[in-house]
Parts: sequence; C-alpha cells; structure tokens
Amino acid sequence: MMDNAPIYLDNNATTACDPAVVEAMLPFFTEQFGNPSSMHSFGNKVGFALKEARARVQALLGAAHDSEIVFTSCGTESDNTAILSALKAQPERNQIVTTAVEHAAILALCDQLEKEGYVVTRLSVDKRGRLDLDEYRAALSPRTAIVSVMWANNETGTIFPVEVMAEMAHAVGAQFHTDAVQAVGKIAIDLKKTEIDILSLSGHKLHAPKGVGVLYLKRGTRFRPLLRGGHQERGRRAGTENTASIVGLGVACELARQHMAFENTEVRRLRDKLESGILAAVPHCFVTGDVANRLPNTSNIAFEFVEGEAILLLLNKAGIAASSGSACTSGSLEPSHVMRAMGIPYTAAHGTIRFSLSRFNSDAEIDRVIAVLPQVIAQLRKISPYWNGSGPAVESFVPAYA
Amino acid sequence: MWDYSEKVREHFFNPRNVGALEDANGIGEVGSIQCGDALRLMIKVDPATETILDARFQTFGCGSAIASSSALTEIIKGMTLDEALKVSNQDIADYLDGLPPEKMHCSVMGREALQAAVANYRGEDWREDHEEGALVCKCFAVDAKLIEETIRANGLTSVEQVTHYTKAGGGCTACHEGIEEILVKVAKETCTAPTADKKPTPPAIPPAPTLTSFQRMRKIEETIASIRPMLQRDHGDIEIVEIDGKNIYVNLKGACAGCMMEAATLNGIQTRLVEALGEFVRLLPASQLKRAA
Repeated sequence: MMDNAPIYLDNNATTACDPAVVEAMLPFFTEQFGNPSSMHSFGNKVGFALKEARARVQALLGAAHDSEIVFTSCGTESDNTAILSALKAQPERNQIVTTAVEHAAILALCDQLEKEGYVVTRLSVDKRGRLDLDEYRAALSPRTAIVSVMWANNETGTIFPVEVMAEMAHAVGAQFHTDAVQAVGKIAIDLKKTEIDILSLSGHKLHAPKGVGVLYLKRGTRFRPLLRGGHQERGRRAGTENTASIVGLGVACELARQHMAFENTEVRRLRDKLESGILAAVPHCFVTGDVANRLPNTSNIAFEFVEGEAILLLLNKAGIAASSGSACTSGSLEPSHVMRAMGIPYTAAHGTIRFSLSRFNSDAEIDRVIAVLPQVIAQLRKISPYWNGSGPAVESFVPAYA
Repeated sequence: MWDYSEKVREHFFNPRNVGALEDANGIGEVGSIQCGDALRLMIKVDPATETILDARFQTFGCGSAIASSSALTEIIKGMTLDEALKVSNQDIADYLDGLPPEKMHCSVMGREALQAAVANYRGEDWREDHEEGALVCKCFAVDAKLIEETIRANGLTSVEQVTHYTKAGGGCTACHEGIEEILVKVAKETCTAPTADKKPTPPAIPPAPTLTSFQRMRKIEETIASIRPMLQRDHGDIEIVEIDGKNIYVNLKGACAGCMMEAATLNGIQTRLVEALGEFVRLLPASQLKRAA
C-alpha cells in the first residue's frame, strides 16, 4: 500500500461495495431489466434473482421462512414501517418503549408520534451505555404496542440484550422490533431462535449498495404496510423492487456469512490494535461504551478539550476518514445524544471520534493512524483555551471504568 | 463535510495569532465548552491612541470557529477600538470568503468576543444578548424568547416575516419548524376567535401539594442535590438562593453561568422540580430576585 493512500475508517456510516457485489449487480442494469412482477421471461429471470437474494438474506438472519424477508429502500424506511405498523395494527395500545440512544430514524419518529398523542418511554443508559433491564421491565405495560431497541449502537458499538428484551416484551403482549442496521454482518444472528418480531437492516452497512434495506417480519406478526399500491412483497411494501440493489444485497449477505469469523478475529484484532495504540500515545482520552460487549469493528474514543470536527478536518488532510459525534458536524450545538445519555461531560463529548473498521482495512493503515493522530490532537490542544501547554487547564474526566 | 472556502481552510490549517497574549489589556471570553464553541480573544491596546497593537486567540471549536477567530485577529490589528467595534460578524464571514449558513454562529462568536474584549479594556460589563431562551436559529444565534417577543410586538404571522425581523431562519432553514411552533404558540395566546366554538380544554394541573413547608423545602433541596453532580461533571454548579412561594431563585455557577444553554439548563431543572413537588414552580436566576427587591 502506498503511504499516502486514503484510509477509510468510517464503516458504520457506510461501507464500500464489495467488488463481487458490483459484479453481480451489473447485468441487472442492462440485459436483466425485466420487472419481477411481469409474467413473461424478462420478468421471470429477475423474479428468480430476487428469490435467490431473499434466500441469502434469510440465511444470514437465520429466519425460519423466506417470506419473512421484505425488501425496502433503507434502514430508515424499515424502522419507520415497524413502529407505524405496530401502532396501527394494535389501536388499543398507545405506548412505544425505546431507548435514549437509538438512531434518529427511531428517535425523530417517536418525537413526532409523541406530539400526536402517543406515549413514548425512552430507556436511559448507564455510563457504559448499557440498559437497565429492571427499568425496562417497569416501563412495559399492557398499553405497550411496540418495543424498539437497536441491536448494537452505531456510535459506540455497544450490544443490547435484544433476545431477552423480546421475551419480556411478549410477556405484556407487545411487539418487539430491533434496528439491527449495525449488527447484521458483524455478529452472528439466528432469528428463528429468538422472539424478535421485526428487524431492520440496511444494505450499505454490509458492503451492498445504498438504497436497499430489509424489514424482517416474523410469521404471524400483525402488520400494516407503510406503502400501499401494488402487490409487491406480498402487499407488505408496494413499489417496484430495486432489483439490482437487492441482488447486490443478496451477494453481500452471502459474503457476510463467509466473513463472519474474520470479522470477529482479524477485524477485532485491528480495532484493538488501533485503540491501544491511540490510548498509549494520546493523553486524556478514553474509550466510550461497553468495551467488553460491543461490535468487533467499532471504537469510539473521546479526546478531551478538543472538538471533533476540527479533528476530522486534520485527519482528512492526512488522508484518514473517520466520524465524530460532535455538535459541529451536524450543525447543532449539542453533542451526540448517545454521549450525553452516557453522562460523558461536555469537555469530552464534543471531541469523540468513531473509528469503524471493515475487512478491507490493513495493519499498515492502522499503524499510520496511530502515528498521525497524536500530532493532530496536540495541534488542536495548542489552540484550545482549556489546555495550558503541558496539560488540561480545567479538570480532566476519568471514567469510572477506565 | 462542510463546503468550506479555501480561505476558511487556509485559516483553519494555518491559524494566525494563536496562543496567549501575555501583556493583553483587554480579554473577551464568549461561548463555553458546553456549547461546543468557546473563544478567548486577547488584545493589547495602546492607551494613548486606543489602537489595537496586537490580538491573539485561543479557541475550542470546529474548523470555522478556529478560522473565524484567526480572521478576526487579522482584521482588527491596527484598528482603533471604535473602528473595531464596527466589525460585524458578516465582515468576518466575508473576510473568509463566506461561511456555510449553519456556521455563521462562529462569526457571531467572533464579533461578541471582540465586544467583550473592548468592554473588558474599558472596564465595562458585557453580557451575551442571546442567553434568554433556548437557541432556535443556530445560524444566527437567535433564541426562542427574542423570536416570541418579536412576533408579539409586530403581529408577525409567517416564518418569512420572522426571518426579515430577526434573521432567524435565514440560514440553513432547519429551524423553520421550531419557528412555526412559536408562531402557533403566540397565535393561540392572542387569537381566541378560531377556537371559540370549541369547548376549552382545561390545562392538566398536577395534584395540589400535600407537603408541609419544611417538607417542601427539603424536597427542593433534595432535587437540586440530585442534579448537581451532573452539572459539576461539566464544571458547573447550582445553588439555591431563595424560595419565595412558587418562585425558586438560584445561582448557576462555574461553566453553567453565562453559558448559551443556561435557559435550557434552568428549564430542565424546573421540570424536575415540578415533577418532584407535584406543583408548578418557577426556577429563576437570582439576579431577578435582586430586581424584584
């Protein structure tokens, strides 16, 4: 690898399409252009390709039936459909239970539904981003229509006990949905062994293209479609299928199954190497989230007294791409809601950087990041009014778990 | 990534006039670490001519905050204080060949730091003028209270009008929904005719307090005590100054004092107190107690 080749460590935002995925998609932009709903041979060929893709998604998720897989346009559509369906299908129930650290696709919808009169309970997290199951049990009631809890957090990678939570939701007759956008492809999932009713996934998080997602619906789940019209996807999601992307997603799911072990050994090793290298080289920084129970590819590090966007700009200049939960990357003045929910103080919350790896990263890349990052932080601290040259000018934060 | 001009990038990657100015005789500090932007501007003024001989800065913030600070110091060096006070946030943005609309607040911070530094040199008091309510328009740093008062005073009815009067909503447009909500709120207060045919719904009133005065005071203290560790973690603090019926007067201290989010902090604590006491109370800054006395 050339020394100055760009390094991509933002795979929780989006991933590169696997070349094998691109190759599988290409015919569906040209000769395989039929509408899968058509009765002629043009349509049939594409219809069979969709069937094959559905089976591949089913296999990755461990779903009992291929009919439980509904193709959508993205994770956000799947998340919105899950919650709106549960409320419409169970009009006698008006409560949504979720967490304070969900993706905006859940939180923004819940905010809106709350304005419309629904009751939203947002579970808190502790300093490591973990849920309290006693608080969860107390929140459930016969009025709960749906529980929506992400399988793994997009910022910290913290994994939530969704299998147990699904059983607890069923105890009060509520549906259980999990936004598994970050988890699918990174940790083993076997849905037929769980009581999870609905699951969302997004293609572009696992080396498939953007613009394709999946809604898993366990057989027997009461459902009301978001999009109505044609009878595509058994009437559960009207609209002509994005066939090329669905085929690509199928191949990506197949590849994810093959690489699952690699993800949990080699990618994890690289992540740990990156993390320990940074912690050793940069003073006053710490890892956020549940370090012992998180996705193998994710490391979220808070750098005190510097601001995330400024770090990203300097890293980008050095050819390194990561992301930040800082306020200024979003145009907001508030830092990441996940950091605030975990009680990370502002002195550190504004300076969090998420490094998310993939199977395409290498040791040489990690070595370069470890070499570059300390200079970046030092450069910004030199400008910071909260740093006096040799150390912090205000009190430093040491997390209890450090 | 933001669409930063070459000049913004240049001033971010190679900021001018960075670091402490040892013999500064005017220092302006605005923003706070809570807000994600903080700027300390230091100026050295020649007392005989009131000319700014030197200017340096320390900034905690994003690329445009650092670039705006750098630009500001370059602009004002050599100016008299009166000339410098005429520098607007738009001048700072123009110097940088523009800022993304969502980042205009960085240039506003620069202007305010300049005003604060000059006030400090002249021995005057200076306070940020947008800390009354929750910030609605982040591009131009306009808070809910200012928008609400402007709507009321001028009988405004549309987001466009609000933008013309206050600038709020003139940037990224992300706050338009928030401005609409304020418009609806004010319209409800001032216009009863449309709802005249509807049976008015009484507001939800919490159950009457059943606490004795002593228990109530203890409850207020306990609630505040439970919140203090959170504020202290962010290098802030709170103390109760006086309890006068429904009004509880407090002092926000440390980093919480003067923060742009001060109103939001007070609102959040007030909500917790209302829940704990089961009655409506108002949490007010102690400065208002002095005004009332």
